Amino acid sequence: MTTAPAAELLTRDPDDFEEPRRRRHVVWSVIRTQPQATIGAVVLLAVVVVAALAPYIAPYGERERVGDVFEAPSSEHWLGLDDAGIDMLTLMLHGARVSLIVGFAAALVSMLIGGAIGLLAGYFGGKTDIILMRVTDYFIVIPDIPLMLVVAAIWGRSLTNIILIIGLIYWTTTARVIRAQVKSVRERVYVKRARALGAGHGRVLSKHVLPQVAPLLVAITVLSIAVAIFAETAIAFLGLGDPTLISWGKLIENAFSRSAISVDAWWAIVPPGLAVVVVVLACTMVGRALEDSLNPRLRVGHLSVRHFRLRNLGGEEAR
Amino acid sequence: MSGADYVLKRTLFALMTVLVAVTLNFVLFRAAPGDATSSLRSCRNCTPEFREALYRELGLDKPKLEQYWIYVKDLSQGDLGLSFVTRQPVWNELRQPILNTLPMVGLGYLIAMVLGVLVGVVAAWRRGTFLDWGGVATSLFFYSMPQQWFGLMLLIVFAGTLPASGIADPFIEFTNPPWWTVLLDRLEHMILPSTTLGLVLYGQYALIVRSSMIEALGEDYIMTARAKGLSSFAIVRKHALRTSLLPIVTLAAITLGFVIGGDILVEAVFSYPGIGLATYEAVFDRDYPVLQGAFLLLTLSVIVANFVADLLYFKFDPRITG
Repeated sequence: MTTAPAAELLTRDPDDFEEPRRRRHVVWSVIRTQPQATIGAVVLLAVVVVAALAPYIAPYGERERVGDVFEAPSSEHWLGLDDAGIDMLTLMLHGARVSLIVGFAAALVSMLIGGAIGLLAGYFGGKTDIILMRVTDYFIVIPDIPLMLVVAAIWGRSLTNIILIIGLIYWTTTARVIRAQVKSVRERVYVKRARALGAGHGRVLSKHVLPQVAPLLVAITVLSIAVAIFAETAIAFLGLGDPTLISWGKLIENAFSRSAISVDAWWAIVPPGLAVVVVVLACTMVGRALEDSLNPRLRVGHLSVRHFRLRNLGGEEAR
Repeated sequence: MSGADYVLKRTLFALMTVLVAVTLNFVLFRAAPGDATSSLRSCRNCTPEFREALYRELGLDKPKLEQYWIYVKDLSQGDLGLSFVTRQPVWNELRQPILNTLPMVGLGYLIAMVLGVLVGVVAAWRRGTFLDWGGVATSLFFYSMPQQWFGLMLLIVFAGTLPASGIADPFIEFTNPPWWTVLLDRLEHMILPSTTLGLVLYGQYALIVRSSMIEALGEDYIMTARAKGLSSFAIVRKHALRTSLLPIVTLAAITLGFVIGGDILVEAVFSYPGIGLATYEAVFDRDYPVLQGAFLLLTLSVIVANFVADLLYFKFDPRITG
């Protein structure tokens, strides 16, 4: 029995991961067996489409003053007006673009970093593994928002910087899960055979290991979209977002700093937060369902939350 | 591996992480654009000569390696430097905010734990029923909310009935009140921030307790307990709950980093003068020593909490043999 301290508990040795089912079937089995995942996917798709079409379907201009400050919702302005008399519905539609771009792009960055570190640590093991996992441990314990705050304050407030900051902080889950999966794939017969036939590390990694872990990587990335969108609202709320762009986080911040509360302008605060809730819920549903069906073991003692996960909580090896 | 080996290994790992944290903290801040002389708030129109003198006084003209050495040496003596803005030692600047934050975050943790365990246990116990479904759905919903937004929602609802900002009624001290009035006032001011932290946090606890309870309820010893004729409440309380509460120890430590992060948002919403608000204000004042000190203290507290959780886990779970 190995040690099981706090950090290692996150991904107990997963040598008995089952082989992922064929990908084509995964999609259908998810739809059939996990209706909530289908709902999540449909919602997510709808939000993406709306965000893409924002300039065409938005009723007014995003900087256009169309009425009084904090005008209440009416038939012309379904969600009322904000502190500068700009239509809230228009702002929400435009905000969706930035929030989603940050969410998707930052998740992609974290996928690349976490995936690479997980692959290397899991595949090579030994010293590489120890060093990389130490670094990962550090990033797990570090308080995320203070770090983002510091880095955003130092790097400056542009969209690219914010995407990079978020991606650079939230790759730990990906790295841990991928490492665990790679460790089991590495021991499979066909990988050993490929090595014995003289394939180099690069070839084995890209041709034999990566395809096996790719579906799981996608599932975790969907979950990190939610985390990234959260992070964006936090950065924007603390006033370190790109000042020229409208995002849901920025809208929450705007409503707060222009004291929408004291004039009871709930319509300026409620919609952006609800939109975040909807997207985060959708991503969580899709990500969890994908992960569950790729990895049946997780269905029992598993949970994916924010940037950490626990599994096999009861101490599987002890039995 | 023996118990002593385990403790030693964990201690070494913790010390290594501390070293990494200290170094990264230095690198992060020396890579920063704008130093004290360019951003000192009280020095908008001071002369170049003055800037130069300040530059030298703060040791910014020395080579980086020497600066690092001085930084580590001061740190080992508990010296976090002087605040750029107030020219007071950073530790003095941070002590009171930390003392303000601790009870508020503690109360938030308590709310999250109690709710999380309660909802998780009930959901697992009544698995598949409406209670289970409702518990999971509510937990997921609370988990999906940006904390600052949830704080604002509470503000909208409770703005009239509960104190919405600050840590104490500013006028109360003039009335020369008895201690319980002061305590009550403090508690009243903690309700909204603590509830925000607690409710946003409890969702993940509930989901984890639920799944570990479900796993525990499937164990053989539960079957044995049932066969002995114990009531199902006794089974849940005496047998299943004990094992499934173990992860909470770890979880409380791991989520500490998240709680600290959330604390900044919550303190910003409720203007609660804690460590979060101090960090937030230091960012805008470009008060790097304070920011650096706060960041280091926050990171260290998480490292220590994780270390303690490791040891507790070792103590509580006899299956970990080291």
